[in-house]
Amino acid sequence: MKYALYKLSTFLMTILLVSLIIFTVFQVLPGNPAQIILGMDADTQQIAQLEKELGLDKSIGERYTSWLSGFLMGDLGDSLKYQQPVLDVLKDRIPVTFSIAIYSILLTICIGIPLGIYIARTDGRWISVFLSMFTQLGIAVPSFWFAFVLILVFGVTFQLFPTFGYVPWSESFIGALRSYFLPSLALAISNIAVVIRYLRNTILDQAKMDYVRTARCKGLREKTIMYGHILRNALMPVLTIMGLIVADTLGGSIIIENVFALPGLGNLLIQSITSRDFPLVQSMVLYIAILVILVNFIVDLLYKLIDPRVRLKG
Amino acid sequence: MKMITIKRLFIMLFVLLFIVGCSSPTASKDTQGKTNHSEQNQEKSSNEGGVVRIAMSTEIDNLDPYLSAATDTGSMMDNVFDGLLDTDENGKLVPAIAEKYAISDDGRTYTFYLKEGVMFHDGSELTADDVVYSYAKLGGLNGGEPLSSRFEIVEKVEAKSPLEVVVTLKEVDSAFLARNIVAIVPKDYEEQSSKPIGAGPFKFEEYKVGQELRLSKNENYYDKENTPKIDEVQFKIMPDPESSILAMQAGEIDILPGISKQGLDQLGDTVHSISGPQNMVQLMAMNNSVKPFDDVRVRQAINLAINKDVIIDTVADGMGTKLGTNMSPAMQFYYEPGLEDRYEQNIEKAKELLDEAGLASGFTMELTVPSDYQFHVDTAQVIADQLSQINIQTEIKQIEFSSWLENVYNNAQYETTIIGFTGKLDPYEVLVRYVSDYGKNFMKFQDERYDELIKEAVRETDETKKAALYKKAQTILTDEAAALFIMDPDRTTAMRNGVNGLKLFPIQKFNLEDVTVTK
Repeated sequence: MKYALYKLSTFLMTILLVSLIIFTVFQVLPGNPAQIILGMDADTQQIAQLEKELGLDKSIGERYTSWLSGFLMGDLGDSLKYQQPVLDVLKDRIPVTFSIAIYSILLTICIGIPLGIYIARTDGRWISVFLSMFTQLGIAVPSFWFAFVLILVFGVTFQLFPTFGYVPWSESFIGALRSYFLPSLALAISNIAVVIRYLRNTILDQAKMDYVRTARCKGLREKTIMYGHILRNALMPVLTIMGLIVADTLGGSIIIENVFALPGLGNLLIQSITSRDFPLVQSMVLYIAILVILVNFIVDLLYKLIDPRVRLKG
Repeated sequence: MKMITIKRLFIMLFVLLFIVGCSSPTASKDTQGKTNHSEQNQEKSSNEGGVVRIAMSTEIDNLDPYLSAATDTGSMMDNVFDGLLDTDENGKLVPAIAEKYAISDDGRTYTFYLKEGVMFHDGSELTADDVVYSYAKLGGLNGGEPLSSRFEIVEKVEAKSPLEVVVTLKEVDSAFLARNIVAIVPKDYEEQSSKPIGAGPFKFEEYKVGQELRLSKNENYYDKENTPKIDEVQFKIMPDPESSILAMQAGEIDILPGISKQGLDQLGDTVHSISGPQNMVQLMAMNNSVKPFDDVRVRQAINLAINKDVIIDTVADGMGTKLGTNMSPAMQFYYEPGLEDRYEQNIEKAKELLDEAGLASGFTMELTVPSDYQFHVDTAQVIADQLSQINIQTEIKQIEFSSWLENVYNNAQYETTIIGFTGKLDPYEVLVRYVSDYGKNFMKFQDERYDELIKEAVRETDETKKAALYKKAQTILTDEAAALFIMDPDRTTAMRNGVNGLKLFPIQKFNLEDVTVTK
């Protein structure tokens, strides 16, 4: 309980601090949202009209306090650009980014962990050296490049997957899985490489430990030693990395969503910053902050699951 | 033991993900919604029916035609709305909802005679009352704020009969006629922003924010000859140009406007394209109110130092038209030819002029470019290189377009900048940018003769005389070297083989009613 309260208070402080920083940054940045929405060819009339509609004629301080009080009451305000409640704008976008994030994390786990174990077990053999080189490449090459290669190979040449856009889960489950596959894979590749390298290193480290020798002396089979003892310990640091990867996935989705023309949060975040859509940016930063904190919390819980010696401390 | 089952689970999950991913390639067509439908139509190999998918790089700013200002949005929604008049490929005004019009001798009264049986998409008939409502709304005549400064000139608008509208202007304005291409909306309908209703060749179906805009054929289009051939249009919002090229290569996009030369090469024989001047003026604006650009000799020297052909070759792959003033030859009737060669590159003469201005040793200038536009950024690099020949050192400062709008466009806080002015139908809208007291004259160009000429042209009702005045004004811009006018970059639109009928207009516009799809 104490632990949860402590987490909650740091969480609220973070949100407040983040919103203040964003607010200050927005003050410094030049740019009038009404002018940006309407562009170069807009009339002065049109701009003035829109400013009034958006409430931009009020002072900046007034706007911030009204946003803050609204937020505390559970109202995120209206987006300046889309001229509808922020929640409505986010409602359609969140599932898109969420799908890519979860899908790519699943891919990371399903490919990264088995391969990491495999490379560790075959350490020293040529296949392991070869795969290690591959992971090096995976870390070094940016995700948007993978995205283009994947589109070219699977979308254009073999026409196995759509090259852009998405199918909502409600429309067709298989269709959705297919449309999210390439963006998720593009996002996952570097994460997979990171997981493989981490897991390999920790497994090799753990394999030199005394308890492994003891287990061998007891006459346990190699497989039991690996999966019953080494892996449990080796997975701990990987889990920490996974927590970071989740936060990273949200950042990476910004580029990937652009490449695959997916209307997700990353795409929206960029646009709302360039259009100086203060209420929308604030709400999205808030949302991302909640998510990152939540993921960290889940990672903490998972530690305990994998290693019962860990006790949650406040 | 437990770990082994987990391992199996991993393998199963992975295999599952992959099988699902790779299975049934036919299902991939589901993602384009009605694609299967379009293929059925294509199998008939007739020119009727089908779906056309067009890649657009920007989102819709507002579905309401009166609240939207973005060029891209206008070109998409133009298919939903019709105006009293329309434009043809040469920028000539042609009848649309209005069958014909008459202008009074004093040039202040316009009478429009509407076609009979024009229907809005909701089934109601379009009458003079709707036109009155639309124009009153735009001009702020119904008590509200005017929505467009271009309609503030309207004094009153009346319905003489259900098919006759009389528009009276406060004063003569020869630029008014071209403004009548503006959308006519149904009277008292206030939901244009969410469900737009017009009288155009296509009906609004659905807009998925940031994803796609779907329009369907208007079966009851009043202009029977121009009833659309295709059943549906899908504008796909695709911000990344490379992705749209790949999507076209994969057959998921039929029309790709604004494609690069490399993109066209990449697509090869699978597509054909139309290309031509887009009526844009790309220029390097010089803030005429700050030193040393307040000196005409400095501005001329800069003009003389630049070889525009090199810029066109390197930045636009040779696909652009050289300009010498703030007007593109796409505006045939109003364009003053010959000005583009006024300042042939002449380094010696440029140096002399700088010497006369007391700047023989050169100076350093700041060139602010909107970083969102790679085309302008590239142009800046070439210009910087060429200007170094006359000892002008250029510091290129890239800023985000939002900041550019605020700092440069609204507040003229800059020395030099590169931008493109998009095309307008009437020369007044193009040339007014340089009138001394015009609010958005961020070049800070000031010339009494020029102001007078533009004023006179607006009052002139004779087309030929009007054109002569505008041509004179263009010459002043060149003589005074108001800016460094660079080029009108070609706009190239790629079409998948089998898709035909798209034309080029002096404004960004898709004549989708003429487009056909065959196998």
